[in-house]
Amino acid sequence: MTALQLPAGAPGARILGLGSYRPRRRVTNDELAQVMDTNDEWIQARVGIAERRWAEPDETLAEMSVAAGGKALAASGLDAAEVDLVLLATASPPSSIPGLAPQIAHRLGIPRPGAFDVNAGCAGWCYALSAAADAIRAGSARNALVIGGERLTDYTDLRDRSTAVIFADGAGAAVLSPSDSPGVGPVVWGSDGDQSTAIAIPDGEKVMSMAGQAVYRWATTRLTETLAEAMRRAGVGPDDIDVFAPHQANLRIIELMAKRLRLPERTVIARDVVRSGNTSSASVPLALSALLESGEAKSGDTALLLGYGAGLTFAGQVVVLP
Amino acid sequence: MSEDIQTGLAEILEEVAGVAPADATPEKSFTEDLDVDSLSMVEIATAVEDKFGVAIPDDELGNIKTVGDAISFIQKNQG
Repeated sequence: MTALQLPAGAPGARILGLGSYRPRRRVTNDELAQVMDTNDEWIQARVGIAERRWAEPDETLAEMSVAAGGKALAASGLDAAEVDLVLLATASPPSSIPGLAPQIAHRLGIPRPGAFDVNAGCAGWCYALSAAADAIRAGSARNALVIGGERLTDYTDLRDRSTAVIFADGAGAAVLSPSDSPGVGPVVWGSDGDQSTAIAIPDGEKVMSMAGQAVYRWATTRLTETLAEAMRRAGVGPDDIDVFAPHQANLRIIELMAKRLRLPERTVIARDVVRSGNTSSASVPLALSALLESGEAKSGDTALLLGYGAGLTFAGQVVVLP
Repeated sequence: MSEDIQTGLAEILEEVAGVAPADATPEKSFTEDLDVDSLSMVEIATAVEDKFGVAIPDDELGNIKTVGDAISFIQKNQG
């Protein structure tokens, strides 16, 4: 039997740069209240969203992803030609064939990278981040671009108050590179496929429906352990967490998770859901970009991330911010 | 027994939804009288499960409309 050769790989991977794209059109709760039976107070009390961004026709998933990816590349300081893996986490592509990652890579001037789409619902970006970090560690890739992009409004009944007030559009991205000291901790991922219908486009329909209470219960009871395990596996504790950036689904879930984890007072908690709504797999990189832009988070900070959503799927990891 | 349950439930209601214990009487509707929304009902359900050792599936949760409904559910399903 011939022994196969393996590349040397790298001791770890780290995030070199982040980028994001927010659609131009800002949609306030008051605007929604004009077309459906809802109001600002009701929305803010239940999901904590004050406004969200809805993509206009020219802001396609590819356009938004290219914009976010380009900013992440610029922030990383790498040349497009140095990237050899491109992942797009999305649950809302315009078509299932072809995947969008190859054309996004092409438009960014990245020559012939490994490229594919990842659908793990709202957990997609955290899944893809770990897949890319592991590919770098194993030597399957040198530098990776990991994008989370969504046009959820394409799959939302914009007159249905149970979903239209929540879902939104946008894209966020990170560039990952090899590093001697790991900047992406071990992932704790998993799925609860017995709840596959909790967030779904039902057979024969065109828009999403969500069992709000079931998802809320799952998120607030089952995922605290995932977060604790992600910290344990990375060798850190709550006191080491500078930034907590879970998927931006609902402000009440975010606050409950932070409380149950007993994060210290000084930990910066991402609350981007307030102005961005739920952008599924784009929400974590959008939230991280916003915190770095505002100066609330800084380079070198230790951040605890968690994606969770349709599947049901979840993935948590500790990372060092670029 | 039902008084113990009522007291325990009132503690949960105060903790989760800020309901004054004196208001948590059996005839009160969670949504109509006590201003408890559907997500707080989930938190109440999980707290009740922990405190009283009962399981409240999501489809049962919709049938629990008053404090009294919750007390009888706990009584029926406990131990």
